[in-house]
Amino acid sequence: MTDTTADTATAAGHPKAGSLYQVSERTRRRHAAEQRFRMMGLAAVTFSILALLGLMTSILSNGLSSFHQTYVTMEVFLDPAKLDKKGNRNPEDIAKITTFTIQPLIQAALAETMEARGIAVEGVNAKKAVELISKEAPAQLRHFVLDNPEVIGQSVTFDLLASGRIDGYYKGRVSMESAALDRNISPEQLVLADQLKAAGILESRFNWSFFTAPDASDTRPEAAGLGVAILGSAYMMLIVLVLALPIGVAASIYLEEFAPQNRWTDMIEVNIANLAAVPSIVFGILGLAIFINFVGLPQSAPIVGGLVLTLMTLPTIIIATRAALKAVPPSINDAALGIGASKMQAIFHHVLPLAAPGILTGTIIGLAQALGETAPLLLIGMVAFVREYPGAPPEGFFDPASALPVQVYNWTQRGDPAFFERASGAIIVLLVFLVIMNAVAILLRRRFERRW
Amino acid sequence: MNALKFAAAALVASTAFAGTAIARDQIQIAGSSTVLPYASIVAEAFGENFSFPTPVVESGGSGAGRKKLCEGVGENTIDIANSSSRIKQSDIDLCASNGVAEIQEVRIGYDGIVFASDINGESFAFTPADWYNALAAKVVKDGALVDNTAKTWADVNPDLPAQDILAFIPGTKHGTREVFDVKVLEAGCEATGAEEAFKAAGDEKAKGCTALRTDGASVDIDGDYTETLARIDANKNAIGVFGLSFYENNTDKLQVATMSGVNPSTETIASGEYPVSRPLYFYVKNAHLGVIPGLQEYIEFFVSDEIAGPDGPLAAYGLVSDPELAKTQEMVASRTPMGPLN
Repeated sequence: MTDTTADTATAAGHPKAGSLYQVSERTRRRHAAEQRFRMMGLAAVTFSILALLGLMTSILSNGLSSFHQTYVTMEVFLDPAKLDKKGNRNPEDIAKITTFTIQPLIQAALAETMEARGIAVEGVNAKKAVELISKEAPAQLRHFVLDNPEVIGQSVTFDLLASGRIDGYYKGRVSMESAALDRNISPEQLVLADQLKAAGILESRFNWSFFTAPDASDTRPEAAGLGVAILGSAYMMLIVLVLALPIGVAASIYLEEFAPQNRWTDMIEVNIANLAAVPSIVFGILGLAIFINFVGLPQSAPIVGGLVLTLMTLPTIIIATRAALKAVPPSINDAALGIGASKMQAIFHHVLPLAAPGILTGTIIGLAQALGETAPLLLIGMVAFVREYPGAPPEGFFDPASALPVQVYNWTQRGDPAFFERASGAIIVLLVFLVIMNAVAILLRRRFERRW
Repeated sequence: MNALKFAAAALVASTAFAGTAIARDQIQIAGSSTVLPYASIVAEAFGENFSFPTPVVESGGSGAGRKKLCEGVGENTIDIANSSSRIKQSDIDLCASNGVAEIQEVRIGYDGIVFASDINGESFAFTPADWYNALAAKVVKDGALVDNTAKTWADVNPDLPAQDILAFIPGTKHGTREVFDVKVLEAGCEATGAEEAFKAAGDEKAKGCTALRTDGASVDIDGDYTETLARIDANKNAIGVFGLSFYENNTDKLQVATMSGVNPSTETIASGEYPVSRPLYFYVKNAHLGVIPGLQEYIEFFVSDEIAGPDGPLAAYGLVSDPELAKTQEMVASRTPMGPLN
């Protein structure tokens, strides 16, 4: 091929003098082809950047608002007649009060606060007004009273969550027009919210509870948080790290340095490469069959999720580790052996430390992949509504928990549009974790990797 | 050989370890995604008001939940299965073969299925016959079964707007589809006389009643209602099938159509005037009562007037409360297992 083009080029004939200043037809064509290729490359890069920008803008514009939350701050009189009918402050009797008995206290407190500040809106009675406050509030009060029984009979200032629709009003999700059609909120209630805001009773703050609170049911999106999910994800990552790293590294060292080259090791190698390409849901089915049905581990527990994700991450780690071990020049190994080190000493004293940055990079990328995985968790019961925090490890590994990507999936399925904002917020949190992990991986590689 | 022995020992040890490590103290619930919001509301309130931990509620579908319930007795099996349709004989047989002898059937209330379109579009007043004539593969014309060629709703019924027929209906894996098939399509099939025509043509069970046209006028949605809503948002001409509670949470985006002249609401569904509704259930494994802490309290709390009654949080979220709730409360208190299906 090259010969023929060269031939035609000579046949076409070089300009007699072969001037460098005069561009021949063939050179022009070559330049044009290069120009076209460059433009195509540029277009491809622009397209991917635009797609990424579009995605990020949509997630950020939908989700950033979830880091702010509207609160109502007011005094609530903890009426002893309601909270402690017998008057003996017996913790067991107080524990019997329900959120249903506490709701009227909040209603009365809000009515009183409004009266004291001279706030009133026509068409909004006390029952309608209290709808501005989250249904989470009675639970918050009950919890507080149970923890501090001595406050019964006093007036205590509480920061209560505003309801999801009110919160949405200050985030632009709910407007006067939409409220007129909405069954859960009326324009009059929004007017009342504006007045409360002007009086300083209602205000927007940074939403710490988004990171610490557990999930909440469909009726109170304002109270839903990522606490259990973050904890569950952290537990699973810990299990994956503790199991996958040593097993993966040991397997790689054996395969790379000790194993004889025969049909068996070839087969193992091919299978590891294949395992890395197996869809993650298959590992979920495996986890359900082995860890839950056969071994009898509990459902929805981080231990099972961690084990399944370990299986999923192992091939990635083994492949990365083997590549890192291979990249260490054999001369290092030979020199160590030459001055009398045993094979194990040569590997552990010289080869492994030099391969460590590559191994860690592979591990972190494997972990990041496992962090974002939902499909295998679906089958082992982790895609669930979990409100209790798992306990401290190691017992906590056996308690039910959720995970970050699972929380995103759960929230996008709920009816209340406020959960859409939460889901986008959870995506941002997940992305931040992933960016941090990948940044650490790049940093390790930059700082410690040696080029030969 | 040694390695094999070691592996076996490790497996036995891990099994024993797992057995002792999980004295489960949380109730485990799985099943219907329609019941999930109600179950999570109750679970949340239960966790708040009792000293027991909040139950874990999984979704995954009615059928999958019942199957999980029937896997056996023991702490690594679930305690309650939520279901948007009644348990099947095959489930009961599976339960029996796995040693799950007694199951309680608890009806928590009714769920309405509504037909809604974009809030700024045309309003609709449907009858089951309209839906059948619009979506079925074969309709009756001049006494004979012919392929459905209706293009707009006005072709189906002159009283309806001349808007192209496009319906987003739940996919076949949803329990909602079953209700849609029975209460809308089959009812419409009968009303238009197509059922008789099918039977006359040798289709004994009139299976053709639920066969839908495949030219794109009816689109199955396998996702959840949020997907249907997004599709309607993108295609303002379409009509979607929703649960009543989902519609009530999105009244600023959707308008609801009447069915046979009745507007869907908790009242019209409770009275039975609104035709498209179904009961919701959960099934409790009796063998776990008294073993899993709080299980009895949870089911009693679920059907209490405070929760499942007409003024409770479930009704506020869109569940139509059961007029026979008192009977259910009695049944739950006495732990009466369900009898054979009739």
